[in-house]
Amino acid sequence: MNFYVLSLIKAALVAVVLLTLCAYLVWIERKVLGHIQLRPGPYRVGPHGLLQPLSDLIKLLTKEGVIPANVNTFLYLLAPFLAVLLALTSIVVIPFGPEVEVFGVRTNLGLTDLDIGILFILAISSLGVYGIAIGGWASNNKYSLLGGLRSSAQMISYELPLALAIAAPLLIVNSLSFREMVMGQQGYWFGILPKWNIFAAPFPQIFSFLIFLIAAFAETNRIPFDLPEAESELVAGFHTEYSSMMFAAFFMAEYANIATICFVATSLFLGGWTPLWPAQYGSDFVPPILLGGAGLMLLYHASQALRTRKWDRYSFPVLGVVFLGLAALFLVPALKPVLVPLFWFAAKSGILIFTFVWIRGTLPRFRYDQLMRFAWTFLFPISVVNLLITGLLVALT
Amino acid sequence: MSGTFLDSTELVLNMGPQHPSTHGVLRVIVKLDGEKVTGTECVIGYLHRGVEKIGENRTYAMFAPYVDRMDYVAAVSNGLGYCLAVEKLLNVEAPPRAQVVRVILTELNRIASHLLWLGTHALDIGAITPLFYCMREREATLNIFEKYCGARLTTHAFRIGGLQYETYEGFEQECLAFCDMFLPKCDEYEELLTGNRIWVQRLRNVGVLNAEDCKAYGVTGPLLRAAGVKWDLRKAQPYSGYDKYDFEIPTCENGDSFDRYIIRMREMRQSVRIIRQAVADIPAGPIMAKVPKVIKPPVGEVYVSIEAPKGELGYYIVSDGSTQPYRVRVRPPSFVNLQSLDKMARGSLVADLVAVIGTIDIVLGEVDR
Repeated sequence: MNFYVLSLIKAALVAVVLLTLCAYLVWIERKVLGHIQLRPGPYRVGPHGLLQPLSDLIKLLTKEGVIPANVNTFLYLLAPFLAVLLALTSIVVIPFGPEVEVFGVRTNLGLTDLDIGILFILAISSLGVYGIAIGGWASNNKYSLLGGLRSSAQMISYELPLALAIAAPLLIVNSLSFREMVMGQQGYWFGILPKWNIFAAPFPQIFSFLIFLIAAFAETNRIPFDLPEAESELVAGFHTEYSSMMFAAFFMAEYANIATICFVATSLFLGGWTPLWPAQYGSDFVPPILLGGAGLMLLYHASQALRTRKWDRYSFPVLGVVFLGLAALFLVPALKPVLVPLFWFAAKSGILIFTFVWIRGTLPRFRYDQLMRFAWTFLFPISVVNLLITGLLVALT
Repeated sequence: MSGTFLDSTELVLNMGPQHPSTHGVLRVIVKLDGEKVTGTECVIGYLHRGVEKIGENRTYAMFAPYVDRMDYVAAVSNGLGYCLAVEKLLNVEAPPRAQVVRVILTELNRIASHLLWLGTHALDIGAITPLFYCMREREATLNIFEKYCGARLTTHAFRIGGLQYETYEGFEQECLAFCDMFLPKCDEYEELLTGNRIWVQRLRNVGVLNAEDCKAYGVTGPLLRAAGVKWDLRKAQPYSGYDKYDFEIPTCENGDSFDRYIIRMREMRQSVRIIRQAVADIPAGPIMAKVPKVIKPPVGEVYVSIEAPKGELGYYIVSDGSTQPYRVRVRPPSFVNLQSLDKMARGSLVADLVAVIGTIDIVLGEVDR
């Protein structure tokens, strides 16, 4: 098939999936946070609030986009555009699965495979700070300005440990391409323990992974590092003055960044799409068992008396059938080589995304000076030491 | 700022009256040098309703519900202080049974007030979840109030001379059940926060106010006890039979925000102790002393103060012998404690300012009256 047609199809698929994912990340976050906080979360729009993202989108689209007086209009409008553009760009280099053959076409699961994919991600995420900084400055609001300043300092500081944490597995795999990175993590120790980078020889990259994760929280402005938008101090920080779709753009950029950084962590440290244990021990059957089990559970509960939630009388059987259908898809031999890697990739990223929400429900926020001290006096030296040890051990072996 | 290389001017930030963490309608004009607070100025009065003036135009009994609207998260304490003041003016004393029930409800209210403080303070620091846990337990105390007198927030639970309502069926059991349920929950909050390094970092050495400063500003309540002064009106000048109960006054040394947090956590445990003792021994008998239908206290003046959750709550009432007070003056703990904000926040960061406002535990209804 023509390269351009194929690329367009893949780009459209990824864009649709990523944007839907961003919308549903909000739903997932509100649901998980809700259950942590003893409340049901979104519940009104659609069964279990499943249509909430749609209604949020309609609401934000139809709101008036207020541009305050005395703002620099060009920069004010540029900032959300920049934020969302850069957040969505980084997805192009993420590999979601191996090279597969679908309907007679051989292709990589993933948009493209740059030789310098990892550098590309770092470059794009460095640019991401401009959206926030410009937005904070252009708003002509003191809270926004403080938020913008904080985020510039924070994101630049945490870029260093982030880059150093990425550098360590690079030494082991010796490639800047994401696809080769994941290929380097194939195989199993003793036939059972995966050769992911967090278990890598000669030096397990578990420290790099943790440093990366902490720096990722700071890069995406999440609790405990959510100072740029610290609600109790700066009202809403850099996006205080934004409304309507401009606000939605910032919001979407934040969630797209979370998704991307989780994808990156999965590819770099958790072996991308490689399963948790070898296929000969039946790891291919994990997705159908999980999905099928969920489907059966829903059908079982649909058969019980449902007095309190009247929506569930319809939503449980429908969702149960959907889950069973998904489980059946995993058993189709033609689709199995495509879906199983995608499942493992999604499962690993999903666990990381859940961790982001979980942490938000648990921890308080750092103070500005503590945040900086943590980055420069703890995280940075640790990541340097980690890199040096890794380098030394790689050189010795 | 002259003499510096860069010509930098102060940034004046107007925090409030609409701001997520000024706990109502407090307005703080903050002078900032970067993120550093170089000065604060509180502007209050956005919730001023002239409660004291209203008191001059109502009869003694009619004014009682108004005091609930000052510190609305500790309405029972406000009511107790007012009732005690008028009773002293009338020279009557509530019967023993009424006194014990008053103690139980007041201590439950202290827990409710501290829980609300804990939740909102944690929210200010950035931990969003404790608020919901605190609200869950506060709900249990409000349910007891609701069952007792029909109201949850502005309860008007007490009357001059005793109580209007007899306790309901199962009151004692419910109070005890609350105590049994509450102590493990207290451990849960401590597990979430006390050992959390971010939480400790955010509060240690933030907003320090030593004992001398406290005395100079007239600061009372948990702030004073956190500075190491063992002063609690329940022990210092017992009222309503508090001398019968065995409890401790927790104190700390540093006088910083973390100590205030610890003090309030311990106070909640002590309140549970008092409730347990009180419930175990509720005497039988009348709940209302002999008070005339029309309250006309003799000419005179009286000052009665109690230990409200936030500090010393005092009522100064002057009677001219008529059915209405000549003057009602309230000494609200929040208002007096708020004075120390500038002393505590000057030189700290914006984030600390928010923590300090939270740690004072102000209720604007009481500050502005």
